[in-house]
Amino acid sequence: MELTVTDLAVGRGGVPVLAGVGFTLRAGQALVLRGPNGSGKTTLLRTVAGLQLPMAGTVAGADDRIAYAAHADGLKAALTVAENLRFWASVFGQSDIAPALAAFDLEELVDRPAGRLSAGQKRRLGLARLMVTGRDVWVLDEPTVSLDAASVALFAEAVRGHLARGGAALMATHIDLGIEAETLDVSGFRAAAAEMDAADEAFL
Amino acid sequence: MRALFFRDLALALRAGGGFGLGLAFFLIVVVLVPFSVGPQSALLTQIAPGVLWLGALLACLLSLDRLLAVDWEDGALDLLATSPLPLEGIVAVKAAAHWVTTGLPLVLAAPVLGVLLNLAPSGYGVLVLSLALGTPALSMIGAFGAALTVGIKRGGLLLSLLVLPLYVPTLIFGAEAARRAAEGLDSGTPLLLLAGITLAVLAAMPFAAGAVLRVNLR
Amino acid sequence: MSLWEYANPVKFLRLSERVQPWLWWGSGICLVVGLIWGFFFTPDDFRQGSTVKIIYLHVPSALMAINAWFMMLVASLIWIVRRHHVSALAARAAAPVGIVMTLIALFTGAIWGQPMWGTWWAWDPRLTSFLILFLFYLGYVALWEAIEDPDTAADLTSILCLVGTVFAVLSRYAVLFWNQGLHQGASLSLDKEENVADVFYFPLLVCIAGFVLLFLALVLYRTGTEIRVRRTRALMARETRGAGLRAEEA
Repeated sequence: MELTVTDLAVGRGGVPVLAGVGFTLRAGQALVLRGPNGSGKTTLLRTVAGLQLPMAGTVAGADDRIAYAAHADGLKAALTVAENLRFWASVFGQSDIAPALAAFDLEELVDRPAGRLSAGQKRRLGLARLMVTGRDVWVLDEPTVSLDAASVALFAEAVRGHLARGGAALMATHIDLGIEAETLDVSGFRAAAAEMDAADEAFL
Repeated sequence: MRALFFRDLALALRAGGGFGLGLAFFLIVVVLVPFSVGPQSALLTQIAPGVLWLGALLACLLSLDRLLAVDWEDGALDLLATSPLPLEGIVAVKAAAHWVTTGLPLVLAAPVLGVLLNLAPSGYGVLVLSLALGTPALSMIGAFGAALTVGIKRGGLLLSLLVLPLYVPTLIFGAEAARRAAEGLDSGTPLLLLAGITLAVLAAMPFAAGAVLRVNLR
Repeated sequence: MSLWEYANPVKFLRLSERVQPWLWWGSGICLVVGLIWGFFFTPDDFRQGSTVKIIYLHVPSALMAINAWFMMLVASLIWIVRRHHVSALAARAAAPVGIVMTLIALFTGAIWGQPMWGTWWAWDPRLTSFLILFLFYLGYVALWEAIEDPDTAADLTSILCLVGTVFAVLSRYAVLFWNQGLHQGASLSLDKEENVADVFYFPLLVCIAGFVLLFLALVLYRTGTEIRVRRTRALMARETRGAGLRAEEA
């Protein structure tokens, strides 16, 4: 398994943000994206996850392989922790939610409605969702927001386990997780001013 | 797909918005009609099929703006889009859940409200039948409208403006069938046309809605 | 040299500016000639008297109201298939013109209907269909206005236009089924027997030509405006990005 990104250009609202991005992600490997706020990390992750189209370049090996997690966890306040997880498991054709509950220390909260969880607990549930997707490539946008130190350690452990099982992870994060990971600084790929959207170019 | 359907049902039940509000709205509309046109039973009998159809249609419209917007706001729609489910299927399933939580109760409540409006006895069967045939189309067309306006803040009013013209054929055939039956005429033709429209909408509209949703997620 | 070259906004603008004066003058001349001819040099109808002369406004505007939607449909299809921005902008530009044409048709219809049928408005299939068409136009324009990103707006309105077309046709037949109506038969048809008499027919053709040219001129003019708006946006975007980079270098 290999995720290859070649000469990728991504944009927001028709304005190119990054251009010429390229990397390869192999099984068992983690890649951390770095760069200041607004540098295009989220846009890049969304493009890799297939939520938006690249302006140029290709993302190969991503079809039906990616589990995406962003700032919004997509949790339903009226459903319990277990129901939320079980829903996502069955959407992805899986059934076992026990390992995910254990990995993120959610076992005592299974019957609590997600609406009554704290911000950190919600985040843990949102990350536990990754484990029930059965997908190899985790694409994570700021996964540690609102997690305390102990929860960050749980998360790092989960990522390590995922990598050991032959998975891969691509994430944008500012804190050091203590995982062996390569880093990619996206600010080096900033789209130059001259590179306008081809469509807008036609209007000049 | 089944999981999504049952999740939507569970959410509608627990949040209390689905079943209750649509039905209550339908009841209120029907109760207000005699206040606005007067209590003469002959007049009410005459307009009952149309009022019931219009009331059901408006009640159906009421909850549409939350159909996709909730999942859009909390990020679930993004996550669903990266899942193995096709967007077309997601929209169709959500429309089906909307029908079960909103359309079906309206169909079942319509005869009771028919009594309030002094509906002719011959009209009850066809009224229920026409609503049962027509409301699935209302939910599916509404899901298309919801997909169009999902990214727009305060899109509710726009949604009504876009969806109501699309409801015209369904309303005409549905209300016509109910009216003809209430007057003791044969209502076979409008019922068949209504069923035809519903089938065509169910077959084709998920693709339009899926395409629109894909554009909005981009 | 193919037609698609004019999908380039700059080339389109250049051509449209060359053509526009001809269209404006052509439509002006046709409308003045047609309307004067129609109003003052045709006999009164033996049944309808002089009220019949409103057809010189009513029929062409009704025709253009439908054709404007048809043009939007074609432009939307071109946008969906070939993604030419000019096409999407032309569809956007045509919609308000179509709305005005629909309104003219509805109002002149009401003015005509009052002496003929004794009522300003009747739920006749044709009138009703036009009212529904008007609602479709409103929804289409409202959707364009509500969405910020121009490409998203173009995609969504194109799909709405396609779906709307299907439902507009459905509504037309539903309305026919619902009420058979009092409107007279079509004023124009390929079947010569059904046509209005020749004395009314020729000035009517001139008026229709005038309306077609007017519609084309208005759509080209408005498309040009939309293109310039997009161009301003593109220039401003380039300017801010350029300024940002220069600040970084300094």
